Amino acid sequence: MSARTTVERPPAERAAPRPVRPSTPGRPRRRGRLAKWLGSGAVQAVLIVVALIWITPLAGLFLSSMRSERDNASDGWWTALTDPSQLSLDNYTALFEDSGIAGAFWNTVLISVPATLLVVGIAALAGYAFAWLDFPGRDAVFLVVVGLLVVPVQIGLLPVAKLFGAVGLFGTVAGVILFHVAYGLPFAIFLLRNYFAEIPREMLEAARMDGGGEWRIFSRLVLPLGRPAIASLAIFQFLWVWNDMLVALLFADSESQPLTVALQSQMRQFGSNIGVLAPGAFLSLVVPLVVFFAFQRHFVQGVMAGSVK
Amino acid sequence: MADTLKGRAPRARAPQAGAALDARRRAQRRKRRLAVLFVLPAVLLLGALVVYPVLFSVGRSLFDASGEQFVGAANYTEIFQDPATLKAIRNSTIWVVVAPVLLTGLGLMLAVLTEKVRWATAFKLVLFLPMAVSFLAAGIIFRLAYEQNPDRGVLNAVVVAAHDAFEDPAAYPTARVREQSGLAGKTGGPYATEETVRPGSPVSLGFVGVAPDAVPADARPAKAPAGGDGIGGVAYLDFVPGGGGTQGKVDPAEKGLPGMTVEAVHDGKVAATATTAADGSFRFDGLADGEYTVRLPASNFAAPYQGVNWLGPALVTPAIIGAYLWVWTGFAMVLIGAGLAAIPRDALEAARMDGATEGQIFRRITVPLLAPVLTVVFVTLVINVMKVFDLVYIIAPGPVQEEANVLATRMWLVSFGGGNDQGLGSALSVLLLLLVVPAMIFNVRRFRRSRS
Repeated sequence: MSARTTVERPPAERAAPRPVRPSTPGRPRRRGRLAKWLGSGAVQAVLIVVALIWITPLAGLFLSSMRSERDNASDGWWTALTDPSQLSLDNYTALFEDSGIAGAFWNTVLISVPATLLVVGIAALAGYAFAWLDFPGRDAVFLVVVGLLVVPVQIGLLPVAKLFGAVGLFGTVAGVILFHVAYGLPFAIFLLRNYFAEIPREMLEAARMDGGGEWRIFSRLVLPLGRPAIASLAIFQFLWVWNDMLVALLFADSESQPLTVALQSQMRQFGSNIGVLAPGAFLSLVVPLVVFFAFQRHFVQGVMAGSVK
Repeated sequence: MADTLKGRAPRARAPQAGAALDARRRAQRRKRRLAVLFVLPAVLLLGALVVYPVLFSVGRSLFDASGEQFVGAANYTEIFQDPATLKAIRNSTIWVVVAPVLLTGLGLMLAVLTEKVRWATAFKLVLFLPMAVSFLAAGIIFRLAYEQNPDRGVLNAVVVAAHDAFEDPAAYPTARVREQSGLAGKTGGPYATEETVRPGSPVSLGFVGVAPDAVPADARPAKAPAGGDGIGGVAYLDFVPGGGGTQGKVDPAEKGLPGMTVEAVHDGKVAATATTAADGSFRFDGLADGEYTVRLPASNFAAPYQGVNWLGPALVTPAIIGAYLWVWTGFAMVLIGAGLAAIPRDALEAARMDGATEGQIFRRITVPLLAPVLTVVFVTLVINVMKVFDLVYIIAPGPVQEEANVLATRMWLVSFGGGNDQGLGSALSVLLLLLVVPAMIFNVRRFRRSRS
């Protein structure tokens, strides 16, 4: 009954209601009206406070990012609430003029997009093969893939760094992408295989009867049917890579480093670098936030499913 | 190529009868080849970048820092002897024990509460939002929030405001006295009159060193004290902005220092206490005749409360766990909320009809029915908490990094961050892998069961 079941829901049942979407089940109660009113008042108050607590740190980052270095050094961002004249876009203009940060932002895009497309493509192919094609050792290999779900990226850092060093991939965008793809694959294959496996056999048989080759069946039937799972996977993988710092910290050099690493290197002088760090952090947030609001449902499902990682 | 070669053998043996069979076999073989092509990219990548590295790390963990000397399990025993690594293990344990419990509890509470309001969707959206944020950004956000200076860090601003609301803040931390002002003491207090006074004689207590904007807004010009009953006096700022005035005397432009605690001390015992008014005046009435010392206790001069040192060595781990809660509570809440929505309403209604209270329903029906979901949330969180890296790496300031280290950050520092002991680093990464395995097996089992 968790979110994961949603992602795995077979395509044939797609009309069924989704359990995961945040929704308000309106429930009539048989209680005293006053008690109900008071109770719900208290509940509302608690939830409003909690929501405010959750918004405050983000608001703090946003307002800090628009205040001058001097303002940030002398008092807190909340003074901008009563004195909005403190706010300006100067930090952001300075940020974009700083070629290092702009380049790092571009690197983040260059890493995240291919890493997402590759994981989805490779995992979809493999997922289909594991679900519907027959080849020797299929189940054993899939079991290994499931086992690889556990492997934390930390264990790969050192060996892969040596490997990449030997073949000249260390310190390149391609190296970072490859590492992300490899460590994204076990979960991606696992998810897609399980989803594809629930496509009704008759649909595939019918397509084969019509003379469809495997490639045709894969691209014309399986991929479209798998769209919900693929969308969730793509969003999860994209966010994972976009937000990554650890992998790029090791595998990228100063030319290929993404935004997270570029900002991390400024953390040492946190106090004096707020003028770069706050707008930089906000910049790195914008894309995930857009994804979040644009694809709320797939986002929630993707994150839920991916949490198994 | 091998397939084609092998494929010829059966045809040679049964050339005619097997013609149809042969065509089918060939089709099958083609399909197999295709299948292998489908999985090949994945298998190659996984083999080279995941399987091989795991084996390599296991092997590497058995060698010393340089990688030349086989040391057996020495790196693993080192994990439990090296103080810095032990600290990381201790911190990781705290993380794993505290964070998942708090998150599951918080998630359950909020999931139940949101069921009762109409704007649940908006609320869930707000709490889920941090899941989109990178740990780096979350780290920067909380470095800002945890800033110790209450003028800049929002958390300490709140803490100090709350503290000062309950306890009057000391008003004059910088105040001091001039030489030969008749007051003795040191900066930070207490101050007392050098000579004793008797009831009927006035006392004037002149201070300097209080910045004009540090004098309370309600302070009024001080008046030279008059005699009368008891001991009357004035505490004032013996300083005229812009110059002028006489030192040691109350001049018209000089302001009183309101809110000071003043004590009349007789034979080492406090005989009376007074608080200065807006013009700095105070008066002890009804004192028995005798020699008194007028004293200003240190509480008037104590340094102001500066809030909590969130990122100091003592609190850095709880503080980072707090940031982690901010990120993950939405996850726990939404997952538990989905489980909650699946609980049959009939069971709850029936219990309500039977007169069960909301508390009983929650404890006896909701929680037991939710147990599977709660377990999943908990286990998932344990896995993720075990691997926490970025947040610790970002939030802990350099000097307390050592205090805040968890396994993943320690592994990083040992291997790459100056430690340069790849043997110990590999052992730590293998340990990390081993720790995650049981939780992972649980989740995969459950995942598979949910499909069948």
